[in-house]
Amino acid sequence: MDIQIRDIYKGFGSFPALRGANLDIRSGELIALLGPSGSGKTTLLRTIAGLEFPDAGQILFGGVDTAPLPVSERRVGFVFQHYALFKHMTVLDNITFGLRVRKSKNRPDKDAIRKRALELLDLVQLSGLEKRYPAQLSGGQRQRVALARALAIEPSVLLLDEPFGALDAKVRKDLRRWLRELHDKTGVTTIFVTHDQEEALELADRVVVMNRGSIEQVGSTSDVYERPATPFVFDFLGSVNVFPGTVKDRKLSIDGANVTLDTDNDHAAGAVDIYVRPHDLRVVEEGSSGFDVTIKTVQRTGAIVRLITQLKHNKEIVEVELAHLDPQAINRKVGESIRLQPAIYGLFPRASHDSVRTLPDVDPLAVPEHRERGRLG
Amino acid sequence: MSNPATDYSLQDPPKIPFEPLIERNSSISEPTWVRWSLIFVAILFLALFLLLPLISVFTEALRNGLGPYFAAIVEPDALSSIKLTLIAAAIAVPLNLALGVSAAWCITKFEFRGKSLLISLIDLPFSVSPVVAGLIYVLIFGRQGYLGPWVMDHDIKILFAVPGIVLATIFVTFPFIARELIPLMQEQGTDSEQAALSLGANGWQTFWHVTLPNIKWGLLYGVLLCNARAMGEFGAVSVVSGHIRGETNTMPLQIEILYNEYSFSAAFAVASLLAGLALVTLGVKSFLEWRYGDELAAGRKH
Repeated sequence: MDIQIRDIYKGFGSFPALRGANLDIRSGELIALLGPSGSGKTTLLRTIAGLEFPDAGQILFGGVDTAPLPVSERRVGFVFQHYALFKHMTVLDNITFGLRVRKSKNRPDKDAIRKRALELLDLVQLSGLEKRYPAQLSGGQRQRVALARALAIEPSVLLLDEPFGALDAKVRKDLRRWLRELHDKTGVTTIFVTHDQEEALELADRVVVMNRGSIEQVGSTSDVYERPATPFVFDFLGSVNVFPGTVKDRKLSIDGANVTLDTDNDHAAGAVDIYVRPHDLRVVEEGSSGFDVTIKTVQRTGAIVRLITQLKHNKEIVEVELAHLDPQAINRKVGESIRLQPAIYGLFPRASHDSVRTLPDVDPLAVPEHRERGRLG
Repeated sequence: MSNPATDYSLQDPPKIPFEPLIERNSSISEPTWVRWSLIFVAILFLALFLLLPLISVFTEALRNGLGPYFAAIVEPDALSSIKLTLIAAAIAVPLNLALGVSAAWCITKFEFRGKSLLISLIDLPFSVSPVVAGLIYVLIFGRQGYLGPWVMDHDIKILFAVPGIVLATIFVTFPFIARELIPLMQEQGTDSEQAALSLGANGWQTFWHVTLPNIKWGLLYGVLLCNARAMGEFGAVSVVSGHIRGETNTMPLQIEILYNEYSFSAAFAVASLLAGLALVTLGVKSFLEWRYGDELAAGRKH
């Protein structure tokens, strides 16, 4: 089912969690809401689910306004970060819950419910575990049960709130791959929230980058990564080096360095910030256009050689990432001088430069007070 | 995409042996003599202040043998006091069960203005003296009270009658269940309820199938404590009862009257009954904790 989100505003007390969010989601899409803590991504997801109500704006499911529908009538499959399985019920009872609570005229008969649950268990590859309790499952298995439970009600949209947040790296990777396969198989419109850019880029068809209650950019994974619309998106999706520079007559120069680059970017002339990712810097020959740096540290992480270097002209730190097989990466030593040239970069007017600021997620309902429990008597 | 050798998200949880872990670590334990003297002090204290009085109640009650003991219990005034105590508890406990669960549900699952005020109000019966609690009802329903004249005009007896005793008992025992449930439900959060709602359950189904099973042991514990206090309450009931023999005396009041009349063995006989009720309550509680300890712990751990 396609979903339209129109000018959603939502505040918690004096904290504006969402400031006019607009988004169109096509039927069958797998969408990631990506942003730092406090960017409003979870609030947006919960608002779509009907667990929060917007102060202003509209959410349309297939063209129909959902405002009068409570969460129980929206047919959304919601998957929580900490699974929220019913711990006193078996896996089978958890999965069938959504069907068992239906009014008798809409409820399938017992055998049909059981059959459907066993099919779903098969789909999430947990056949044979239907009699277990959630406490007897691993984190990865629990999240699979939570997904099966959400799919049991044949949801019009599947909403996942940081679904892999509580799991360790290996399990997370496997679940991610599996979720993608599952989505391709079922075709349910799916929206998931994450603060992990790698997860968003790997899993989603389109990524919605959010910051401080607003949507910064919506685009395919390659769009947001290769053509970030704002300095924030540039900064949030991976690390970045920022150089002050000037655009004049379609020529870009980096302040203080002997670099002039042709730019077909029809950027207005004036002071700019040049955003370059560490792996978009090239090591070039003496004499080419570029800036000189001194290598401070050389670090090998997996397939990447990371150089921390210092600009000669103003002592600023520049991070460079090279593939470990790159001839330029082999035998680099601390103290060596090299010349760098930005291969791919983004330009933003100086005034718009805005450092990444993160705020805590504000959701008073979701935060239980962890107070020591005193016993009476 | 190629399948990796192992899918870690499908693996079973590791098997952890279910044995109590006994820590033998010199940096976190005391020398032997310190340990044993602390244990001795604790046991001595328990024996002197808890066990000895309990034993003395029963020995005093049985001083003249079993015959007089049973005679004291089946004496009409004593029997009526036992009946009244059971009636008061039978009304107060279910009412407080309903009120306590609603209060805890309200406080832990919803956000609203005045929540902290409500929490303080629930604690009020704990913080005021039971005698004051009793006096509150005298102020309301007494001859000079706010509702006194109206109550008298309609020929309803509240003070110095069973309704007054029940009201005082409800007031005094109100916090037990709510106080037991609030921390438990706060710890459990609202995720399970929200999950149930998103799966299409209505409010009542969510409460019955999700919330209640999660709190049942805490609830039972609260009911037991509430019941123990409801039967044993003295101060508030004493103020509103009027001490009419065979009519408005509960067991604690009957014991006091007998004691003041120097019929010690009768006083202790009724007292032993009350203590026996308390022991049964504690026994049931311990049994439940032993039988369902894991479940209780799991519920609390979240």
